[in-house]
Amino acid sequence: MAHHQLWKNLYGNNSRYLISLFFAGVPVCMQRSFPLFSQQPSLEKRVQVSPPLTRGPSAFIPENEVMQANGLDERTNLLVEEYSTSGRLDNITQVMSIHTQYLESFLRSQFYMLRMDGPLPLPYRHYIAIMAAARHQCSYLINMHVDEFLKTGGIAEWLNGLEYIPQRLKNLNEINKLLAHRPWLITKEHIQKLVKTGENNWSLPELVHAVVLLAHYHALASFVFGSGINPERDPDTSNGVRLIAVNNFCVCDLANDNNIENASLTSSNFGIADSLSELEALMERMKRLQEDKEDEEASQEEMDTRFEKEKKESLLVISGAFDDEIVSTDVSRYVEDPGFGYKDFARRGEDHLPTFRAQDYTWENHGFSLVNRLYSDIGHLLDEKFRMVYNLTYNTMATHEDVDTTTLRRALFNYVHCMYGIRYDDYDYGEVNQLLERSLKVYIKTVTCYPERTTKRMYDSYWRQFKHSEKVHVNLLLMEARMQAELLYALRAITRHLT
Amino acid sequence: MDENLLATAATNGVVVTWNLGKPSRNKQDQLFTEHKRTVNKVCFHPTEVYMLLSGSQDGYMKCFDLRKKDSVSTFSGQSESVRDVQFSIRDYFTFAATFENGNVQLWDIRRPDRYERMFTAHNGPVFCCDWHPEDRGWLATGGRDKMVKVWDMNTTRAKEIYCVQTIASVARVKWRPECKHHIATCSMMVDHNIYVWDVRRPFIPSAMFEEHKDVTTGIVWRHLHDPYFLLSGSKDSTLYQHIFKDASQPIDRANPEGLCYSLYGDLAFAAKESLISSDSNRKPYIGDRRHPIFFKRKLDPTEQFEYISSSSALSVFETDVESGSMDWFVHTAKQYALAGRPLAELCDHNAKVAKGLDRNQVAQTWTMLRIIYSSLGTVSSTNLNHSMGKGSTTLPLMNSFNLKDIPSGLGSESRLDRSKGESRTENILMDSSSTLINNEDNEETEGSDVPADYLLGDVEADEDDLYMMDHENPHAEEQEYSLPQEAFPLRHEIVDNPSALDHLQDKADSPHVSGNEAETVSLTPVESFSLISISHSLYENRLPSDFFNPIVRDTLLFYAEQGDVQTAVSVLIVLGDRIRKEIDEQTQEHWYTSYIDLLQRFQLWNISNEVIKLSTCRAINCLNQASTTLHINCSNCKRPMSNRGWICDRCRQCASMCAVCHHVVKGLFVWCQGCSHGGHLQHIMKWLETSSHCPAGCGHLCEYT
Repeated sequence: MAHHQLWKNLYGNNSRYLISLFFAGVPVCMQRSFPLFSQQPSLEKRVQVSPPLTRGPSAFIPENEVMQANGLDERTNLLVEEYSTSGRLDNITQVMSIHTQYLESFLRSQFYMLRMDGPLPLPYRHYIAIMAAARHQCSYLINMHVDEFLKTGGIAEWLNGLEYIPQRLKNLNEINKLLAHRPWLITKEHIQKLVKTGENNWSLPELVHAVVLLAHYHALASFVFGSGINPERDPDTSNGVRLIAVNNFCVCDLANDNNIENASLTSSNFGIADSLSELEALMERMKRLQEDKEDEEASQEEMDTRFEKEKKESLLVISGAFDDEIVSTDVSRYVEDPGFGYKDFARRGEDHLPTFRAQDYTWENHGFSLVNRLYSDIGHLLDEKFRMVYNLTYNTMATHEDVDTTTLRRALFNYVHCMYGIRYDDYDYGEVNQLLERSLKVYIKTVTCYPERTTKRMYDSYWRQFKHSEKVHVNLLLMEARMQAELLYALRAITRHLT
Repeated sequence: MDENLLATAATNGVVVTWNLGKPSRNKQDQLFTEHKRTVNKVCFHPTEVYMLLSGSQDGYMKCFDLRKKDSVSTFSGQSESVRDVQFSIRDYFTFAATFENGNVQLWDIRRPDRYERMFTAHNGPVFCCDWHPEDRGWLATGGRDKMVKVWDMNTTRAKEIYCVQTIASVARVKWRPECKHHIATCSMMVDHNIYVWDVRRPFIPSAMFEEHKDVTTGIVWRHLHDPYFLLSGSKDSTLYQHIFKDASQPIDRANPEGLCYSLYGDLAFAAKESLISSDSNRKPYIGDRRHPIFFKRKLDPTEQFEYISSSSALSVFETDVESGSMDWFVHTAKQYALAGRPLAELCDHNAKVAKGLDRNQVAQTWTMLRIIYSSLGTVSSTNLNHSMGKGSTTLPLMNSFNLKDIPSGLGSESRLDRSKGESRTENILMDSSSTLINNEDNEETEGSDVPADYLLGDVEADEDDLYMMDHENPHAEEQEYSLPQEAFPLRHEIVDNPSALDHLQDKADSPHVSGNEAETVSLTPVESFSLISISHSLYENRLPSDFFNPIVRDTLLFYAEQGDVQTAVSVLIVLGDRIRKEIDEQTQEHWYTSYIDLLQRFQLWNISNEVIKLSTCRAINCLNQASTTLHINCSNCKRPMSNRGWICDRCRQCASMCAVCHHVVKGLFVWCQGCSHGGHLQHIMKWLETSSHCPAGCGHLCEYT
């Protein structure tokens, strides 16, 4: 007797485009391990998509840059696998796939928090993702999760805006807002308010899940803007209205370029020769930092002032040359209090906030234990991801090989934390000044604090000699550093609530 | 040893030594700034006063001689951060270092080039370690994975000899002096208490100090040879000296007895030996069928510390094979039909199953349910007929013809009813011989219920009489039928109502029954007089199923209470929406989980899945959607697919290709279990309409059902 089994795939409803992509690409890979996307022309013919605004997954990075990367074989496999699990290969994945190792742990953790067992119901997770992305007006992520939200059985009415969602989700707004822009303001009172028994209370595991999602999507928004991710070329016209909105958004984003007449940017119009020597100088400085550490024995006070200085300086990096942004109604319905934005940690002289001493609450010791206790296994996944991004290196810098980039990576990571007021006792913040040029600092600050203002010019203006893959690497570092910073503040508040 | 010497490690990578004996105000002695990152730990050599070891986040360990300005030697762990370093107490040259990646390394202080040995101790960072003060081979480690492990280092490969699972990541471990198996631990997060464990009893701490209000950051035994004083510091800015006799002993609060039933009714009982031995002389349960078959005694070697005297006795009582047999449960579970047919058929089927297993009461219940719920449609249609033909004397006949003609189910129903009538008589026979069913409670028969049940049984056996009687003198019948007083086993359910002799209930119940019978079975012509009474009773019955809900609910509650959750759940599923709202969600969920648990214990996986699928309870329904993993093999190389994707690692093929169109299947995938080929549901269906062979060409004769 024959028997049949049904296999329901949650994400089966995919676009034609992707299917043909899959078939055009895969058999070739199998025979010759050819790059997956080298079949582009035939693809275009086959599916007849309307010509995109900019070709490729990113507006900043030329398409062919995304394609060529090392470890093609492995990468292809990973992409094929990702496609077959999620039914799509979004642009984020494509750009990240330049760093295959990282992509793997990224996808694994994202998959876990969105689709695997967890305290929150599936539609909730996607709605929280929408709320988080909306804080940075990231229509790309919003659209993606609107679709997912509906597919997982979310109530369509909620998509009309925050007024239509249950009070319980609405209560998350406050913490979303703080987490996105000024995480240091989160206190245990905020946690208590959410957890307090009542009709709409959150259980701790649910809250931790929500916080992880929020932090993940705030950080991912940074990556999306930082890498100029293009909207999906999704021929699915069922929600055409939104698609148009995305396109609009992207156009104005690119045009945004003209808005900034930042002195630091225009002044950095060196020729090639200049930037070459710039690179040499940077490497020279790195070398020096690594070798003769001992000769400059800074006292504790000196170190303190260096941190303070760096903090203050991060203030000056961009002085708000921006008009209040016109937020499209499309996005604003998911945002409460849209005026609330990043305010420099250092600026708030009056009510001086205590610096977060990293050693008092580290991810490895404290954050991990708490997260893993309340939302099992996510700790391991995040731990792996943080570790991966922190240790990722190809020992190359632009055209040079065999370079130890540890100091540079650490400077990037710690600079982000510095802007969030997190201080490492064992780090000399003088290094940041020596290693990170001004245009890079502008970029870092924009991408982490108000990613929606990132422009192609900012992206182009720093590290001109560096490869795009290295700039994507920078974005990954910024994204993870930001996520960790948000998590640390939120988890610390939860810990305080518990004790 | 120098009592005045103190060493501290700082987060900025500085190692400082302090000499309290200094006359000046500044007691700082030495300052080493060699580490680039936070120093996690410093440790003095147990015998060499001037030798200090440090371990840092940068992955290096350094050994300092306090008489020199710089480090004497540097050890590179070649991996991540060092979390702890400890000199061996017995081996002069050895020290242990623990790492963030879960490794432990052993070093010889004379050989800075490479470690002597390394092993992985924990999953995640190892926060701490401690050498046993007496036994040279023992090293205890504690990690973020909430474990404390004791390693025997005497063998060539480090061997884990004890493992204690705590409730939070372990920040510090310290062996208790003079007690070979005792170790104190504190944690880094969430849990503020200090525990002292006996490593041989890893499930419950032997002592616990609960003074701290915030995380305990450090613990140390006050003196090398004094096991009674423990010092601890905490983030709540307090330092405590604990005296051991103040410690609370969780063992006192723990329940030292354990009791468990096995599937087959065996009973295991474990308790402190003292309790058992004092009891063992007297016969515990007189006349009990159960008798101990197994008695085990475990004694620990004598110990000088009182907590250790842990020995317990375990007795297992076996039940009689017949009385404890749960065969009926398995049979019932297998044979019950829960869905897929009209309610009436389901009820009849299940009643038959129950009867076949001599569970008459359950059978009755099913029959009653059928009567209550399934004839609703008929009721309304007859009522309709009735009102149309009112006043006509020929009506009764017409009525019955109509009934006959009503197509669906009715014919069969009447047939079934007849058969039921027959089986009921034999049923009564059996009952009167009072066969006992294995249920415990069948010993206690409620006398008051007896007549009522009998009544109901008879109601159906000779409907006509009853029908007449029911309307003309409802009370007489009660007396008449309460006569036979043979004790027959009775589980009250249905019966609740008449036994109460409550007029209201009585009226509601019996007319209804009789009314139904009249419609379905009785074809006897009736005089017009009684016709009126029929219509009357039928009108009363227009709201019947709702009306009976409370009774059915009580029935189910009763079964569940008795431990027969099977019946309760089966009825719940069969009745579905009809009864669901009557019983609160939580109770339902509780029943479902108990029943599913039972089914799974009997390894009736299919049935338990069916129950899960059919349940209307949300919490149950989603059981199979969460945490369900399908392990699949690649259809090409037949090896398990480890990836979460659909691409086989080994043969690089997509596993779920449609055999018909050779495209990847997303969504519904159907495959033949004979040859494991398959594809799109539509494609396969179409293919097999025209061909009987497998579309993949493997020659298998697939069949689509």
